[in-house]
Amino acid sequence: MSASQGSPDNSTQQDGDVATLVTGHSRQPSLLSLLRRSPIGLIGTGIISLVIVLALISPYIVPHDPIRGNLRTRYKPPGFTGDDGATHLLGTDQLGRDIFSRILVGSRVSVLVGVVAVMIAGTIGVLYGLTSGFLGGRVDGFMMRICDAMLSIPFVIRVVAISGIVGPGLVTLILILGLSGWVTYARVIRGEVLKARENDYVLAAWSIGQRPLWVVLHHILPNVIASAIVLAALQVGITMLAESSLSFLGLGVKPPTVTWGIQLADGKSVINSAWWMTAYPGIAITITVLGVVFLGDWLRDSLDPNVRGRD
Amino acid sequence: MQQFIATRIVQGIITLIIVSFLAFFLVRLKGDPVDITAPPTFNEDQKQRLRELWGFDKPLAEQYVIFITRAVTGDFGIAYLSKRPAMELVIERLGATWLLAGVASLIGLSVALPLGIISSLNRNSFFDLGSTMLASIGTAMPSFWLGLMMIIFFSVRLRLLPAFGALDPSAIIMPSLTMGVGMAAYLSRLTRSAMLEVLNEDYVRTAYSKGLITRTVVFRHAMKNALIPIMTVFGLQLGWLLGGSVVVESVFSWPGLGRLMIDSIGVRDNTVVQAALLFFSLSFITINIIIDILYAVIDPRIRFD
Repeated sequence: MSASQGSPDNSTQQDGDVATLVTGHSRQPSLLSLLRRSPIGLIGTGIISLVIVLALISPYIVPHDPIRGNLRTRYKPPGFTGDDGATHLLGTDQLGRDIFSRILVGSRVSVLVGVVAVMIAGTIGVLYGLTSGFLGGRVDGFMMRICDAMLSIPFVIRVVAISGIVGPGLVTLILILGLSGWVTYARVIRGEVLKARENDYVLAAWSIGQRPLWVVLHHILPNVIASAIVLAALQVGITMLAESSLSFLGLGVKPPTVTWGIQLADGKSVINSAWWMTAYPGIAITITVLGVVFLGDWLRDSLDPNVRGRD
Repeated sequence: MQQFIATRIVQGIITLIIVSFLAFFLVRLKGDPVDITAPPTFNEDQKQRLRELWGFDKPLAEQYVIFITRAVTGDFGIAYLSKRPAMELVIERLGATWLLAGVASLIGLSVALPLGIISSLNRNSFFDLGSTMLASIGTAMPSFWLGLMMIIFFSVRLRLLPAFGALDPSAIIMPSLTMGVGMAAYLSRLTRSAMLEVLNEDYVRTAYSKGLITRTVVFRHAMKNALIPIMTVFGLQLGWLLGGSVVVESVFSWPGLGRLMIDSIGVRDNTVVQAALLFFSLSFITINIIIDILYAVIDPRIRFD
């Protein structure tokens, strides 16, 4: 089920083939040269770079204090200028805090959670998938039934239930998202391992008596790592959305930490009057995740067409 | 065929047993459930009595056996707060969630299929790029935020639709749209790629070359084959939909299973959380078994796999 057809960078695939013909060995064109030819990849990389930079420098560049507000300027609409002459570009919230500043600082949690949780999930999932696919037989069957069971509780419900019972907090949240997200990788990687196992060079490695661990790490892992990277990119977006859902429900990160989900929860209670409290943080989430989606799509089209992930 | 169905059902039951195991341990994840649930004013003696009452003093294995044997008969215990059987509460809410998920899937499919098919037939056209763009935004948007924005426009500004509850029939419009958009976004991209794959096949070219019109080729020849990956992903997407329902139901105060679970988590009503988890999982497994059986009906090759 190739999903790459019709993508704007189909041509790159052919270029790769031509390169193979000319040079005689299959060398992937560098990602950077592929990027130059794909608008989607460029936009995605641009958005993600911007968000990461903002996450790093936001505490030093925010126009207002994101945590302490001014109670005399509560619920002010976008563009409001206070007595002190300071303008609130996107308005203020129920404690008179500047929404623009809070959105800037909120990017920190999104990036941190998205990246770290996906790294945890990816590592566990890849190891699990390698083990399951490599061992095969009954062990594989049993390990896959466990995956089925995890997947039969939808991701958001899984994390809502666990974080509801374990309690909120940034570190717990990252752990929960990481420890519940690995199943998707496990399934995909296992499938890839089953395919890679049948390659001639893997069989050859066996026949010259290489040890199992060596075969897995040197001959099978390099074959499946592209899928893992693509999946990871797709999962960053899903993880970020899950974080905002959890924080929105009050099960994720707790104030005074600023996150976009908490801002949306604040906005919901005054949705009748202060629409800007709800609108802008959501736009921030959408643009960020859109960047991740673009990047993931582009990576999938250039590295591996067989991955699809969202459970 | 019968054997195929039987195998799938046995697999489903094994999956459910593992889920029950997860649900059982989840509640004990943070140590002694009594320490967490009991009011802070309870002394050790009272806590001990509570432990005995709920059976937490027995060995874990025995507790699990008791839990599972009761769960099979539909007994998940009494909800702490409402003092009603947890099962009863869950069954009450299940219908509302299914209704919402059903309407949302209908919206999702009826938007995604035409969009995907038209896109695949006019590849790289303005329409194709536009709908791909919209689909990307739809995937990236948090569904509950879309719901909040709809409340702002349709309830607060235009005063057209009720912002919460399920009293008026029109109350289902916004929550189901909210959930349907995400599904439409994802499925339309999938439909497009599944169609593109099939449109390259020899039998489609043959169908064109014998002079059939596009409509016949698309619906008779291409669509039937593209439907299989679409159905698989649709089944998995229902899980996504059920997951989203937890948040969307909270936004719209829709009286479904998701909101029951959130409310129960809020008051640490573990019996209800366990029952809700198992029923979410049961719904998901059942639907996917039905889809597997449907495949076997559409595609005879699968039956003999």
